[in-house]
Amino acid sequence: MTDATYIEDEKPTSVWGDIWRQFRAHKGGVAGLVVFLIILFTVYVGPFIHTIDPNKIDIRAKNQGPSLAHPFGTDNLGHDMLAQVMAGGQISLAVGITAMLLALFLGTLVGVTSGYFRRLDGPLMRVTDLFLALPLLPVLLVVILLFRDSLRSTFGPETGIFILIVFVIGITSWMHTARIVRGDVLAVKNQEFILAAKSAGIREFRIILRHLLPNVMSSIMVSATLGIASAIITESALSFLGLGFPSDFPTWGRLLYDGANFLQITPARVFWPGLAISLTVLSINYIGDAVRDALDPRMLKR
Amino acid sequence: MKKGKLLLAASAALMAAAATPAFAERGTDGDLKIIFWQAPTTMNPYLSGGTKEVYAASVVLEPLARYDENGDLTPYLAAEIPTVENGGVAEDLTSMTWKLKDGLKWSDGSPVTAADAVFTWKYCTAPDGGCAQGAYYEGVTNVEALDDQTIKISFDKPKPYPYSAFVGAQSPIIQAKQFADCMGAKAPECTDANFNPIGTGPFKVAEFKPGDVISYVANENYRDPAKPAFASITLKGGGDAASAARSVLETGEFDYAWNTQVEPEVLASMMSSGKGKLETAFGNLVERLDLNPYAVDSSLGDKRSTKEAGPHPSLSDPAVKKALSMAIDREVLVGAGYGEAGQPTCNIVPAPAIYASPNNQDCLKQDIEGANKLLDEAGWKMGSDGIREKDGVKLSYLYQTSTNSVRQATQALIKDWWSQIGVAAELRNVSANVFFGGDPASPDTFQKFYADVQEYANQFDGADPEKYLAGWMCDKIPNPSNGWQGENIVRYCNPEYDALIQELGKTAELEKRAEIAIKANDMLTDDFAQIPIIYRGSLSASSTSLEGVKINAWDSELWNVADWSRKK
Amino acid sequence: MFTYTIRRLLFAIPTLLVISFVIFALLDLAPADPLANLPLTIPPEVREKMREAMGLNQPFLVRYLLWLKQFFINEPLNILQEMTGIVIGDGDRLRVLSWATRAPVVDLIVQRMPQTLWVVGLSYLFGVILAIPIGVISAYKQYSIFDQIGTFISMVGYSVPTFFTGVLLIVIFSGYLQWFPSVYDTNLEVRDWSSFVAQVRQMVLPVTVLTLYNTSQIVRFVRASMLDNLHQDYVRTARAKGVKEKTVLLVHVLRNSLIPVVTVIALGVPTIFSGAIITEQIFRVNGLGQLLISAIEGADLPLVQTLTFIFAFLIVLFNLIADVLYGILDPRIRYD
Repeated sequence: MTDATYIEDEKPTSVWGDIWRQFRAHKGGVAGLVVFLIILFTVYVGPFIHTIDPNKIDIRAKNQGPSLAHPFGTDNLGHDMLAQVMAGGQISLAVGITAMLLALFLGTLVGVTSGYFRRLDGPLMRVTDLFLALPLLPVLLVVILLFRDSLRSTFGPETGIFILIVFVIGITSWMHTARIVRGDVLAVKNQEFILAAKSAGIREFRIILRHLLPNVMSSIMVSATLGIASAIITESALSFLGLGFPSDFPTWGRLLYDGANFLQITPARVFWPGLAISLTVLSINYIGDAVRDALDPRMLKR
Repeated sequence: MKKGKLLLAASAALMAAAATPAFAERGTDGDLKIIFWQAPTTMNPYLSGGTKEVYAASVVLEPLARYDENGDLTPYLAAEIPTVENGGVAEDLTSMTWKLKDGLKWSDGSPVTAADAVFTWKYCTAPDGGCAQGAYYEGVTNVEALDDQTIKISFDKPKPYPYSAFVGAQSPIIQAKQFADCMGAKAPECTDANFNPIGTGPFKVAEFKPGDVISYVANENYRDPAKPAFASITLKGGGDAASAARSVLETGEFDYAWNTQVEPEVLASMMSSGKGKLETAFGNLVERLDLNPYAVDSSLGDKRSTKEAGPHPSLSDPAVKKALSMAIDREVLVGAGYGEAGQPTCNIVPAPAIYASPNNQDCLKQDIEGANKLLDEAGWKMGSDGIREKDGVKLSYLYQTSTNSVRQATQALIKDWWSQIGVAAELRNVSANVFFGGDPASPDTFQKFYADVQEYANQFDGADPEKYLAGWMCDKIPNPSNGWQGENIVRYCNPEYDALIQELGKTAELEKRAEIAIKANDMLTDDFAQIPIIYRGSLSASSTSLEGVKINAWDSELWNVADWSRKK
Repeated sequence: MFTYTIRRLLFAIPTLLVISFVIFALLDLAPADPLANLPLTIPPEVREKMREAMGLNQPFLVRYLLWLKQFFINEPLNILQEMTGIVIGDGDRLRVLSWATRAPVVDLIVQRMPQTLWVVGLSYLFGVILAIPIGVISAYKQYSIFDQIGTFISMVGYSVPTFFTGVLLIVIFSGYLQWFPSVYDTNLEVRDWSSFVAQVRQMVLPVTVLTLYNTSQIVRFVRASMLDNLHQDYVRTARAKGVKEKTVLLVHVLRNSLIPVVTVIALGVPTIFSGAIITEQIFRVNGLGQLLISAIEGADLPLVQTLTFIFAFLIVLFNLIADVLYGILDPRIRYD
């Protein structure tokens, strides 16, 4: 794989520097990072260059193919698709990443705790079963019923619904990570090095952080990459069902959904949002691979 | 078994084609494939009032009379339509008598009698039955069988328009023998009868898979020996409107798709393969905007959107209401979302023709300039943020509707036009099963109307608007004390209007009734109680190989399925 | 391990009861209305009567206990009665009735089961069968062309939602090429060669869409877990001892890599029962997924409650199976 010779002859200045060097050596990871940064740049800086308002309606210019004025064409109401894809990206990326982080945090916390502390295993896993069984849509309806108005008055309509959606997606998608991490922890915690660390009197918290977590990192990373994709797509399903963002807030999943029927008329409408989602997921996947390799304690030994 | 039957039918069809008979025979055209993207869940229209169930059942169950494609009554099981002139309706308008056709038989071979009609009335009015079509029997005090073929219906007071019970797809006659043990609370337990009702229609149910597919076969006891031309019908459910349209227009897998409300350009591109065409019919469905006359600020808590909350700070100003209507280009809305299935309208009652007001045409033309001028004159000054305000009140509205891609497109367009007259709109879409649901605990129902503006469509059954117009009377306003139930969702209240409707209830003469109804319609539109935007039609897709389809917005779309045939 | 399994099974009963209560409460709290899709022409008074007929005016607890009784006593008795033909009691028991169809919920589920098992079950099976070898090869030859292509396809397969791939396949294969039907015929019975071909033809598109999705997901976990284990000390030891590479890979590494894979599969199998909502809808398979979503949209509480509860039961069961499998795969894992 990558040559890791410098590990032995260089003295790492810090753990982070070390990880960064490892990361840099991973070609796919670097490429992923570059693509991801380009996407971020396009989505957040692009609107200052391509200045059409995503909600500007020009009904006379509807269903147009790509042109200089509208590089991605227009939709059936005459929205500029490039502006929509960029605006949609801001929301989709924010939702995808925050919801994924929330789910990852909850899942890892529950997974590690229940795998490591036998006493908590039973109750925590039964709670996981409960959450796995809950049907998403009624949960959403109830959450919206209970919290939407108070969030709207506290944070305003946009931020309010953002918090709500991130919360709902996060709270309903941590269970897979929890089960997977727990399975890994169960397998790892009986290995010699953990037992050795225990007998050396290292505190449990430190054992978990320094010895256990790095060894279950690969599953967490896979969950993270898949989590972003499913969060973006779940958001689109929610918008479709009338439970997501208001219709004048485009998101990638929603653009893709609305465009599906126009596949034969304006293929650009589905191509760009679809490509954007795939590229984001793909790049995060490679970054995830690289981070995992960089963190893997065994990789250092070779 | 089924396969064999189909083959047989197909070969019979071939032979029939070879012999080229002058007219079709029963069951010679094979299988008719229909798709309903919302799948019917029961065959008993009295248990579920849903349109899809009513339509699916209309193939099997028939009323005494139906509305034809023009909205005129046409006898089905009855020999003729009773009127005052032919003596069928009593002079004092408190009773009517129907006479059945001769020799009518149920699909099991037993005769249809007046007792079946009497039973149907008892079935639907039985306590604890939860009959969905109870409204059709409202005001009926008694139904009796004068003899085997004569049915007498008595009313509690004179009924100027008596055609309601046993008329239209919603209140067909069911067989007394089959449903005898299914009265009241026991109704839902009769699964076999509810899924396979014995009827008089051209087809009978062979197999019913709720929410999935219905297989019908031709009824050998149908009164016209030459009909139906098809040997069987497969009515498949599921999917969405676009895929249903595609299966008729583009892939040609189905012959008829109900309710294909998709963006016009999508349908046009599907139609380019030449396999099907669109069918439209206009009933009286109108898409409208409700403007809330009461304050809805969330700080008002439970009082909001009720009389106690006080008047709306800006929507109580007629100039604002008028400007909001003027800014809308209805023609563009039709082009973006409805195509052939929509027409711009300024009326709340757009049909039947005699009830349609000729006085409202000015809203058909968009007038942004005029709207701006009107608001300027009324003292609403443009603020630095592009939103008009007066005395600290901003023209900024929460605009809600149900989730549906066409409605969201309408919202986006209207928001855009309103922004050009200095009105801001925050859009919200609510899941249809919440928005149109009656849960008093939910803040998002259209009855509660916790928004400044909301959009939905409404209509009335049959051809008489009296009951519909009564829905704008003061006592029908939803509020906490009536559990937020009541038809007057827009909360219009005008004693003059109430008096007009009471007068309508006492008037029997058709021309006079039409005059009052038009006056009521104009009163509603002049006060901008509601802003009508689009007169919507039913839109369905049918295969080019299908003949005899007459789409009907007043009754079931499958009302004349007996006359459908395969083009030779 | 045996006592552990027994203890878990016993513990499952109160767990399921709690779950059923939570779901019931949640559904009750949700603002959806079973009468919402009726035409507005049906007046409020009639709607009120219909609600009463559904038992909606009863207190919450009464309705919950009634459902418990219907589901746990009446339905099993009914099944027993149908199987043995012996009439128990007066044979007249109120079963769990759906509000939309007014028919017993269990009958509906039985009716929907075959198509869901065929389409969703088969695509899950294909997913697992494809994912394990692809994952193993991808990991063993990390960063080879095979791995790169595999990663790319699986990430695209996972990130492009089925509502899009489904429509795309229909446009190409049903509309343009006309190779496969876009509508699944649930009335089709396989009895001879031609009907078998018809069945296969109508299953191709939905199974393809779902298999792509399932494979993509599982393959990621197999690959990641294999990679972890490939670098473990025991692998080096085994190789040093001269164990054949194939044995190292398939016996030692794969076996130890299976723990997260077993977890993912155990989490996935119950979802076969809940169906594939979007795919079923696009191809009109009308299986359990379509049943669940139409029940949720129609606020058909008895149906949603029963379906969700059976789903919960399967989740608890398969998670238990997964835990037992952990112990078999890795003898170091001990629960007692």
